[in-house]
Amino acid sequence: MKQTERMTQHPLTKYLRSERMPHIWCEGCGNGILLNSFLTALDELKVDLDKIVVVSGIGCIGRAAGYVNVDSFHTTHGRAIAFATGVKLANPDLQVVVISGDGDLFAIGGNHFIHAARRNIDIKVICANNFNYGMTGGQYGPTTPLEAWTTTTPYGNIEHPFNLVHLAAASGAVYVARWTALHVRRLKDSIKKSLQKEGFSFIEVISPCPTIFDRYNKRGTAVDVMKWFKLISNVKHGHDPAKTEITKSQIMVGEFVDVERPSYGRLLRDMTKKVQEKLKEKKAK
Amino acid sequence: MRSRAVLTGTHFLSGDLACAEGAIAAGCRFFGGYPITPATEIAERMSRRLVEVGGVYIQMEDEIGSLAAVIGASYTGKKAMTATSGPGFSLMQENIGLAVMTEAPLVIVNIMRGGPSTGQPTMPGQQDVMQAKWGSHGDYEIIALAPSSVQEMFDLTIDCFNLAESYRVPVMLLADEIIGHMSERVKIPAPEEITIVDRKKPKGPPNEYQPFKPDDDLVPPMGCFGEGYRFHATGLTHDEKGAPKTVSVEEQTKLVRRLCDKIRKNTHKIVRVQEVMLEDAEVAILAYGITSRAALSAVRKARKEGIKAGLLRLITIWPFPTELVAKMADHVTAIVVPEMNYGQIVREVERAAKTTPVSLLSKLGEEPHRPSEIITAMRKALQ
Ligand SMILES: Cc1ncc(C[n+]2csc(CCOP(=O)(O)OP(=O)(O)O)c2C)c(N)n1
Ligand code: SF4
Ligand SMILES: [Mg+2]
Repeated sequence: MKQTERMTQHPLTKYLRSERMPHIWCEGCGNGILLNSFLTALDELKVDLDKIVVVSGIGCIGRAAGYVNVDSFHTTHGRAIAFATGVKLANPDLQVVVISGDGDLFAIGGNHFIHAARRNIDIKVICANNFNYGMTGGQYGPTTPLEAWTTTTPYGNIEHPFNLVHLAAASGAVYVARWTALHVRRLKDSIKKSLQKEGFSFIEVISPCPTIFDRYNKRGTAVDVMKWFKLISNVKHGHDPAKTEITKSQIMVGEFVDVERPSYGRLLRDMTKKVQEKLKEKKAK
Repeated sequence: MRSRAVLTGTHFLSGDLACAEGAIAAGCRFFGGYPITPATEIAERMSRRLVEVGGVYIQMEDEIGSLAAVIGASYTGKKAMTATSGPGFSLMQENIGLAVMTEAPLVIVNIMRGGPSTGQPTMPGQQDVMQAKWGSHGDYEIIALAPSSVQEMFDLTIDCFNLAESYRVPVMLLADEIIGHMSERVKIPAPEEITIVDRKKPKGPPNEYQPFKPDDDLVPPMGCFGEGYRFHATGLTHDEKGAPKTVSVEEQTKLVRRLCDKIRKNTHKIVRVQEVMLEDAEVAILAYGITSRAALSAVRKARKEGIKAGLLRLITIWPFPTELVAKMADHVTAIVVPEMNYGQIVREVERAAKTTPVSLLSKLGEEPHRPSEIITAMRKALQ
């Protein structure tokens, strides 16, 4: 009884739809850590909860949108960014955050990702990268490391993975960071920073998937995976994103891009103003 | 910039441009699309006009993203649309299902060309009329209108927005390349003469809002993002609160039935047709879109030749006016269906007509039907 009371008093309870708990995620999954960091960021920034929209695609992490107690939408597989683009442009007063998976954002939804980054749409994309399609039972995807075992790479993966932060930077994102689920405080700080920055931001969260990917690939328990993250992660702020490939012996983490570039929304508003002023002048003549 | 929104007066416009003007007059302030013949001119017009009226035009990377963005815009309360043709319409199918499931009011214009695949981009067709109804997976209902003139490209586009807002459903304007590209006189009325329908808003306090709890008309009032309702919408089967219900048989049955019934049970309110000389007709033509123009002229000529011909022109294709067609079938000896496809709406007509013989007059690509061809088909049907 005492324990339940304490649980309902969790400082982040008000940010969650508690009637939807327990969530679907496995014990030791990194998704909860990601969500916790996000909610803590909202809390510390005192974000107006009526003015934030969380959008997800399909996948284990895709369920995040359904758990946060703000306006939220669970789109079709891969389309979260395109949906979010519509929301942000139609109502620029809203803060729009996409929380989705590596498969959702970079396989089926890859095209939307690069184009939203190129346009510098003012949305914040947070990706739970667990190196596989968790929801469908552990098939390989665009981030699966070479040689890894998944249910559709029974002889080992022969596809080269994307380096997501490099892809984001090359596509035009104005803020790019990578952390692992171990770097809770730094992840939260990055989310805060991105929420305060105008433009397309991308945060990759290397996330344990103890039930499927880590088990198939003999990485041990969730705790073992976290220990391993600690051992091989290397904080290098400002490092060239092209040189941040994840290898067996190193996960380069940090804030890799933080630049200024006018957002699509800003350019659209400026153009609209100019066009309308010209029309008024014409009318006055 | 209200004055720039409705270009009151008489204009000489192509169907595509009239459609864009109808959309803006209806209050559309968001367009997400991807260029495709023969619908490109709608995007071009919207890119110019929306900026004038303070709206948003975005050219997405494909039609999948276009419709996703339009659904997003709709959820902020904006009236939103996209325009495409066959290949793009095919790409939109999954998100049509999402719009149906999340009850997003929006308009999809399809200027139909010849298919399958890339087919004949610059030639007319009516080959997507079944896809419009059945293209996405699962059971669902949509509304689709078929304009047969440039004036109707303007008028019916407004109707599409009003129906979308009334029923919280994607509404399609199914035109064809000829209607899209030909130019005719269009009268744009004064703003106060245009009926505009807006979605029902929730009445109670935001914390009690249930986003998918319907009123008696089976349509739920719609709160929008940023209004303080803090609600969740999902393409998964959900309850009235919007919570996913992925294994409940009851919730699946309840939701899918309601999504279909809100259209099916209102068919009589939604359906619009034009009846020409049907009272004493022996043979009826059932046509829609461009073919109905030739059909009308065929009926007039046939009458002069002593054939008791009549025309039922469908303005609403979906929901299909089954009852109306059945009633008509009781009074005629034959029905002829000219279509620019290899037999699509004719199937619905056969289903409704029961024992009355129905014959298809199919044309693919090439020119639209000629009145003389329709008269010959009527004669044959009467033999
Ligand atoms: C169009 C479509 N294709 C396939 C699927 C099946 N599917 C659901 S989730 C998923 C993969 C999700 O992977 P990821 O985005 O990495 O999320 P995770 O489950 O790993 O968190 C797939 C392939 C689907 N829902 N829709
Ligand atoms: S399958 Fe993997 S990603 Fe999905 S909830 Fe379980 S641990 Fe997390
Ligand atoms: Mg994944």
